Amino acid sequence: MQEELFAPGHRGCAGCGAAIAARLILKGSGKDVIIVSPTGCLEVVSSPYPESAWKVPWIHSLFENAAAVASGVEVALKSLGRKDEAKVIAIGGDGATIDIGIGALSGMLERGHDVTYICYDNEAYMNTGIQRSSSTPYGASTTTSPAGKVSFGENRPKKNLPAIAAAHGIPYVATASIAYPKDVIKKVKKAISIEGPKYLQIHAPCCTGWGFDGSKTIEIGRLAVETGLFPIYESTEGKVTSVKKVKRKPVEEYLKAQRRFKHLFESEGGEGELKKIQDIADANAKQFGLDL
Amino acid sequence: MEIMEGSLAVAEAVKACRPNVIAAYPITPQTHIVEEIARMVADGELASEYVRVESEHSAMSVCIGASATGARTYTATTSQGMALMHEVLFNAAGLRLPIVMTAANRSLSAPINIWNDQQDAVSERDSGWIQLYAEDTQEASDMTIQAYKIAEDRDILLPVMVGMDGFILTHVHEPVELCPQEKVDDFLPSYDPDHYLTPKNPLSFGTIVYPSTYTEFRYMIHEAMKRAERKIIDVASDFRDKFGRHYGGLIDTYEAEDAEVLIMAMGSVIGTAKDAIDELRADGKGEKVGLVKVRCYRPFPAEAIAEAVKSAKAIAVLDKNISLGYEGALHTDVKSALYKENGPLALGFILGLGGRDITKNTIKNIAEKAQKAIKSGRVEKDSEFVDLGAL
Repeated sequence: MQEELFAPGHRGCAGCGAAIAARLILKGSGKDVIIVSPTGCLEVVSSPYPESAWKVPWIHSLFENAAAVASGVEVALKSLGRKDEAKVIAIGGDGATIDIGIGALSGMLERGHDVTYICYDNEAYMNTGIQRSSSTPYGASTTTSPAGKVSFGENRPKKNLPAIAAAHGIPYVATASIAYPKDVIKKVKKAISIEGPKYLQIHAPCCTGWGFDGSKTIEIGRLAVETGLFPIYESTEGKVTSVKKVKRKPVEEYLKAQRRFKHLFESEGGEGELKKIQDIADANAKQFGLDL
Repeated sequence: MEIMEGSLAVAEAVKACRPNVIAAYPITPQTHIVEEIARMVADGELASEYVRVESEHSAMSVCIGASATGARTYTATTSQGMALMHEVLFNAAGLRLPIVMTAANRSLSAPINIWNDQQDAVSERDSGWIQLYAEDTQEASDMTIQAYKIAEDRDILLPVMVGMDGFILTHVHEPVELCPQEKVDDFLPSYDPDHYLTPKNPLSFGTIVYPSTYTEFRYMIHEAMKRAERKIIDVASDFRDKFGRHYGGLIDTYEAEDAEVLIMAMGSVIGTAKDAIDELRADGKGEKVGLVKVRCYRPFPAEAIAEAVKSAKAIAVLDKNISLGYEGALHTDVKSALYKENGPLALGFILGLGGRDITKNTIKNIAEKAQKAIKSGRVEKDSEFVDLGAL
């Protein structure tokens, strides 16, 4: 637990949520692990040849194939009689996981590979310059869903990948946030202890893309949970088994702290949009019983 | 010797190579190969992990993960499936993973068409995969075993694609002699890589490389490709010593010694061409027609081809592909191999890879090299990497 397997000196921004996620994941997994990373911010900042931040075996292949590469690693270990040597974990961003890699991920989950797939969810394509992904939340301004004279930014809610993963009937699905480090570590430990496919989605605020100071990453992450916009829960074989209850705060507290939602507080009609976002949080609270 | 379908003969060869991991997605006309291998696994004849993936993209990706973990891997595809694999093929070669794949060669859409040509594999010629083309089912089967031997050699470490014409070879029954398991085990020891994914020696694979070093990595792949020429010839000889069959190394010739006309081709049409040549030579008119079989398309055996055709008056190149807007790919490559014999001096330079700058000085140095070539009347290097750094 004390050992740092994700080395300092990587090229992540100060306050990078994805780097915090990687560090916590490896604290949970320990060193007997093989990590598969798709293309993305984490891959780029952690592996500038000839350096690498990974003190564990690590492979990057392409953008949409991490789940398939991880499947290959897992079956190879099995075939070579080395199954006890390492747990297999894939760590991908929301673009790689929820958009372009969803086919490969669904295949991996459906085939029952003993792999833990972890999505660090920073809610847009950050590596390429903050473009909208299907995990971008309603109302967020990105470089491809910019707020403008006739637009309030992203006009669709986040795709619910934990629910899609759970629909595969896999033994463990969980959400977590880097704002709660012990919870992340605990869930990674739990996930890798279970045989079969597991899916974790870790909310990982991006100071550069969301527009907040790098010293506030944990605070912003906590507000996402406390407002009910990122519910934290576990599910087994499609049934929710635990929920992190919160004393809910209004969504404005979370939104106003970020540049990507600034327009909602400045544009005419923004109030109506804020109301819609509050409705999303209320619906989450109702679905998961978030309120203390 | 037994009569068997080409796909089954290849499946038997795959079995004899004992791959640890097989990943496959069905596509006509590759299906009989992967169905037969699935049967072998289901009947306990083959102890491989068989991953029934959701796409060809994932088939090759599973092979990448497994190969990087130290497993011997196999897949087969064709046509649209190979096109879907496109970026993964480049990635497998760049990661230097000795994956073997059967290409049941087929046309590309549109219009959709499931029958044979070689557009699929020819379109992947720049991917860094060694490409071999089989003349008949026996060769397709034997070539599969040779492919692992070539791919896994420490001096090579590149993936190999074995081309067999869709339907014409995959679905036709021919007499085939299968290689006995114990002899294959002796010819092809189990895969034992120096570098693989393991916590015992944590390495990073597939890191991001900047303009300062990208060219050197591409150069090293290219050099391995060139070393593969010798290796392919050697493995073909070793195979003959062990199993008594030989199909040529990089190329093979037929009735070529006195030929005025040399037909050149790849794949199953070689057999048809040989029969046609026999008839032309037998009809008493004394037509001196011969054949050059191109067994290896990448690396391209330019020197061997130039040597083989030097006495011919005409070559006739058969292409089951077209670079739309130009001509058949083999035709282009063959002409390029012969160019130095009969045209103005031509020098080729590889540069500007992965974002590396091309400066005015670079252009001036190149112009100077061309001037030198004019003075000496000869080209020292047909093709060279420019401004290569330390390796």
